Amino acid sequence: MTKDQALVRYTFRLGDNALVLAQRLSELVAGGPELEEELATANFALDYLGQARMYYSRACELEGAGRNEDDIAFLRGEREFENLLLLEQPNGHFGDTIVRQVLFDSFYLLQLEALSQCGDRGLADIAARASKEIRYHLRHSSQWLLRLGDGTELSHSRVQESLDRLWRYSGELFAGDVVDGILQKEFNGPDLAGIREKWHAGLEQLLASATLAMPEDRWMDSGGREGRHTEHFGYLLAEMQYLPRSFPGARW
Amino acid sequence: MHGRTATAAAAPRAEQVWAWLKSLADPEIPVVSVVDLGMIRDVTVHGETVEVSVAPTYSGCPATEVIEQGVIALLRDKGIADVRLRRVLSPPWTTAWISEEGRAKLLAYGIAPPAEATSRRAITGAALKLACPRCKSLETVQVSEFGSTPCKASWKCTHCLEPFEYFKCI
Repeated sequence: MTKDQALVRYTFRLGDNALVLAQRLSELVAGGPELEEELATANFALDYLGQARMYYSRACELEGAGRNEDDIAFLRGEREFENLLLLEQPNGHFGDTIVRQVLFDSFYLLQLEALSQCGDRGLADIAARASKEIRYHLRHSSQWLLRLGDGTELSHSRVQESLDRLWRYSGELFAGDVVDGILQKEFNGPDLAGIREKWHAGLEQLLASATLAMPEDRWMDSGGREGRHTEHFGYLLAEMQYLPRSFPGARW
Repeated sequence: MHGRTATAAAAPRAEQVWAWLKSLADPEIPVVSVVDLGMIRDVTVHGETVEVSVAPTYSGCPATEVIEQGVIALLRDKGIADVRLRRVLSPPWTTAWISEEGRAKLLAYGIAPPAEATSRRAITGAALKLACPRCKSLETVQVSEFGSTPCKASWKCTHCLEPFEYFKCI
């Protein structure tokens, strides 16, 4: 793989992460537990969607194959998406959604901060822009984790279960492959081992304040970077791609 | 009669284009213009071609495309056939780009402008004290971190009891 190919693939993956999470969160529109969360999840979904569009546009530009952001979002099959498995997990109950947000955004923020210094100017600019939004998301979801963890006996036990259940998808955040390796080496990209340390330390502190126990590292699920998904992903994609697949070239 | 005068069609100067853009209202907060919000980064005129650099606010802000179309429509209406748009991400737009005039207009409209500098403290909302845009009381509380658009939060004044919006610091 050449360094240019790695950059394109890495940028598509960033877009896949953002798009899949945007789609999941937008499922909560008209289904939030209260009005504020209704607005929060819709706002966050919009931020991820905007970021996905920027990543896809940049990747298509670098790729130079004449594809556009809509082709990437709507006309690729399941195996061509290389998002993290954590992000395609169903929303579950509110605690599940919050844990997914905290686990991912605390990683994504560190990834973006590193990428804002990377060697590809286009990607660095997007990362600098996006990190401002993610910092804000993380503050919101962290506050919810504190309230749920240090809340009632019921909220505590349910959010601890969410954390224990989703933990198996956390290993993949840091399990870089050849693409991550090239990005780090050739484009001054994120150092995943260093990010893992920071992520772990930050999470430890947050969980302690939320009176939650850090789960033990056991077997970790993986496959997102190779396009191997959990069973939930096909359903997500079917719903997201239904319209452009059924009515190719539809406009309004 | 629609601004299609011979002088406008013949290569306007950049200052003229800036003045036109100053009248282009933000689609969601119509009291401020896209120039007041700091979304117009640059205007360059090369002969008959006018290039406008636009900095989007939030990544997913649906108004960005409406604004870009508005810029094109406005300048076409002024007789410029060749309008080019450039999206600028760097340096990223922050609320610090909103002009003094823009801040004053927001306040007069009943939206509390973003807290002074774009400091980390203001962004994280630590100990934020906002004055009510109507009665100026500092007895205000946040109702929700979110509001009618991605850029605003909902607050209320416990003194005059009026709800108001706050343009979030980013």
